[in-house]
Amino acid sequence: MASLIGYYSLIFGFCTSLLIILISIKNFKNTNVFNTRIISLTFLQFLFVVISFLGLILSFVNSDFSNQTVFNHSHTTKPLFYKISGTWGNHEGSLLLWLLVLTLFIFLFLLKSKEQIKKYRVLTLLFQQIIVIGFFVFLIKSSNPFSNIFPVPIEGLGLNPILQDPALAIHPPILYLGYVGSSIIFSSSLAATSLNNISKEWAKHIKPWVLISWIFLTIGILLGSIWAYYELGWGGFWFWDPVENVSLMPWLALTTLLHCILVLEKRLVLTSWVIILSISTFTLSMSGTFLVRSGILNSVHTFASDPERGLFILIFLFSLIFLSLFIFFSFHKVENQNTKHFFWLSKETSILINNWFMMYFLSVILIGTVYPIFLEVLSSEKISVGPPFYNKLIIPFLIPFLLAMAIGPKLKWIKSDLRDRLYLILFLVISLLLSGLIVNSLDISFLTNTILITAAFYLFLISLRDFFMNKFENLSQNVAHFGFSLLILSILFNNIFSTEVITNLKIGETFHSEKFKINFEKIEQNDKQNFKSLTGKFNIEDQNGVIDVLEPELRIYNQPNIVTSEADIKTNMITDKFMTMNLVRDQEYFNIRYQIKPFMIWIWISVLLITFGGIISLLKKKYEN
Amino acid sequence: MKTNFLSKILIVFFGVVFFIFYKGLNNSNIYVPKVNIDKNIPSFTAKIFNSSTKIKSEEIFNNNQFYLVNIWASWCIPCREEHSFLLDLSKNKNVIIIGINYKDKIQNAKFFLGEFKNPYKIIIRDTDGTISIDWGAYGVPETFLISNKKIIKRITGPINIDSFSEIKEIIQ
Repeated sequence: MASLIGYYSLIFGFCTSLLIILISIKNFKNTNVFNTRIISLTFLQFLFVVISFLGLILSFVNSDFSNQTVFNHSHTTKPLFYKISGTWGNHEGSLLLWLLVLTLFIFLFLLKSKEQIKKYRVLTLLFQQIIVIGFFVFLIKSSNPFSNIFPVPIEGLGLNPILQDPALAIHPPILYLGYVGSSIIFSSSLAATSLNNISKEWAKHIKPWVLISWIFLTIGILLGSIWAYYELGWGGFWFWDPVENVSLMPWLALTTLLHCILVLEKRLVLTSWVIILSISTFTLSMSGTFLVRSGILNSVHTFASDPERGLFILIFLFSLIFLSLFIFFSFHKVENQNTKHFFWLSKETSILINNWFMMYFLSVILIGTVYPIFLEVLSSEKISVGPPFYNKLIIPFLIPFLLAMAIGPKLKWIKSDLRDRLYLILFLVISLLLSGLIVNSLDISFLTNTILITAAFYLFLISLRDFFMNKFENLSQNVAHFGFSLLILSILFNNIFSTEVITNLKIGETFHSEKFKINFEKIEQNDKQNFKSLTGKFNIEDQNGVIDVLEPELRIYNQPNIVTSEADIKTNMITDKFMTMNLVRDQEYFNIRYQIKPFMIWIWISVLLITFGGIISLLKKKYEN
Repeated sequence: MKTNFLSKILIVFFGVVFFIFYKGLNNSNIYVPKVNIDKNIPSFTAKIFNSSTKIKSEEIFNNNQFYLVNIWASWCIPCREEHSFLLDLSKNKNVIIIGINYKDKIQNAKFFLGEFKNPYKIIIRDTDGTISIDWGAYGVPETFLISNKKIIKRITGPINIDSFSEIKEIIQ
């Protein structure tokens, strides 16, 4: 029943789309006043999608297995929370969620753009509706969340246990808020380009949307990363997996866009940058959807591979790309105030430099992600691109990037010279000494490491000083840049100082190493709602005789029958102690993996700081300098 | 002039990218963990369909004989698609088809076989899905080709014309 209502509601939503387009085109041509009926209609459309989404949630909650999506991804013994989050933990449901957020954002955009000219609002809406229609058709035609199964199965197949995690329950919605927000930026900049309306006022009007998408995208990526760390139990937070990459690429484009918008708001330059970045942020988000959903890539995240679906997204994606190329080349007038007129030492120059670095990072990731596909098609050779590729190509270029990030914000617009030269040099020396000390205390010493740590410390110290000296002027930039330096430092120290032990132990045995002892005390068995749990108890004694108790767990889920390994992680401000346990087949031994990972929590904290910088900027009414 | 040229280049570039992605889509990218190929078949004990006798896997599989283990269910739509291929293969003397009836009601399964005919020599019941999991199956349908008690090929999803001819080639 709920399924049926959901399905028809979806069709009504699609019809509303056609109606909106009809009225909008009429309104665009004929009058000078914005037809307010359009706003009501977009609200109606949003309502239809809400009903449809609620219908799907209800089917999941009631375990209605006549619905194929529910059957494939749910089970009666699943806790209610995961029944609900299972709604968007699959291909069909997640697309419906996309659509839900999309229609909500269109409605909000129309409410928030009242002071803009009519043509611009209508045109933005039209571009948005093209995207909406694409999603409606895709959902109804090839990914219907409400398709029936007959005869009705008694039991569902269950949700993959690794997806049964609170962080992952909110990770997709938050990420989607970011992706969909970028669609508003996309449509808006296309509309503004067509009407030759790119101005400082437009920049001011679109900035909150850029910030909101950026904030959600950042938190979304963070949540995904936290999930990978706590749930996958590989002891890392970023794997350069293609699906992680496709979320990072729009983020890089969006971050660059954010900085360009700041310049545009001040000086009306870099307009081409802004338009191209707006287009690429959204198309990168869409390509992400394409690469993940079509199964063209092999990844831990691949849900379903279905070439027909892939083909649809592919055609849709490239129609959008060609549409935007057409608009860009036919309507965009290259600004008179060319970038060549930038004075070499000014804020805009430093932003431009960092733009190019960002584009470089973006291209590296893009190539690393799609190159295997190209190679396979052209030479049918299968390769996979791993972390070493990204590390080698990205890390050295972080150094000038960090330095520019430190000095750039201190410069003035248009023309500037360096103030506080003494401090700048002094901090550089301190950073050098600090990193020299740290690297020297280790056995391994690489020049790149030393310089990289120096650069990160430099940004760290300078933004810290600015924080106290500048009386909170330009606070958002300051916090975000400080967060970034902290992030790089934490990642570096985390990489350099991590230790790992992998060994097989049986109950009662003790493992000795130079720095610690691991004693396997006992194992406990418990029955939970939808899984059986085996919890090991390990006592770890370090050199100082301090004992930590770690209790990693093995979960044997009933539906589907999968064993997952839950890491036990003891976190404090300095270091994480991380332990996972696995069965060794047919033996009384357990495979133990124990890791000491310093500064883990600071990675999360620093990303939160970066996000917080964005939030401050969003809340602050007045201009930033 | 300059932008005109650039736009043409970009259009050609994106055209090529489109073409490559399109080609890439048609490549079979179904990820098959290598560990499951050339592995010994799992051993199990299960009820035979339509009777209460139990059978051990050792009694089913012999050396020097090809077997096709097919996981199916009456409620599974793609299983209907591949059924004609299975019927065709059942006429081939070189291969014996074993069905694993996955989480199904016996009544529905009988209707299914009555309607579409029975290609299986032996069918075993997997009421709770555990046997299929031992095989490392992703879902229904899924098919394993077995020779000398080893899995030599695995087809995730329904058998199509390509995998059908591949199987035929191997068992010739």
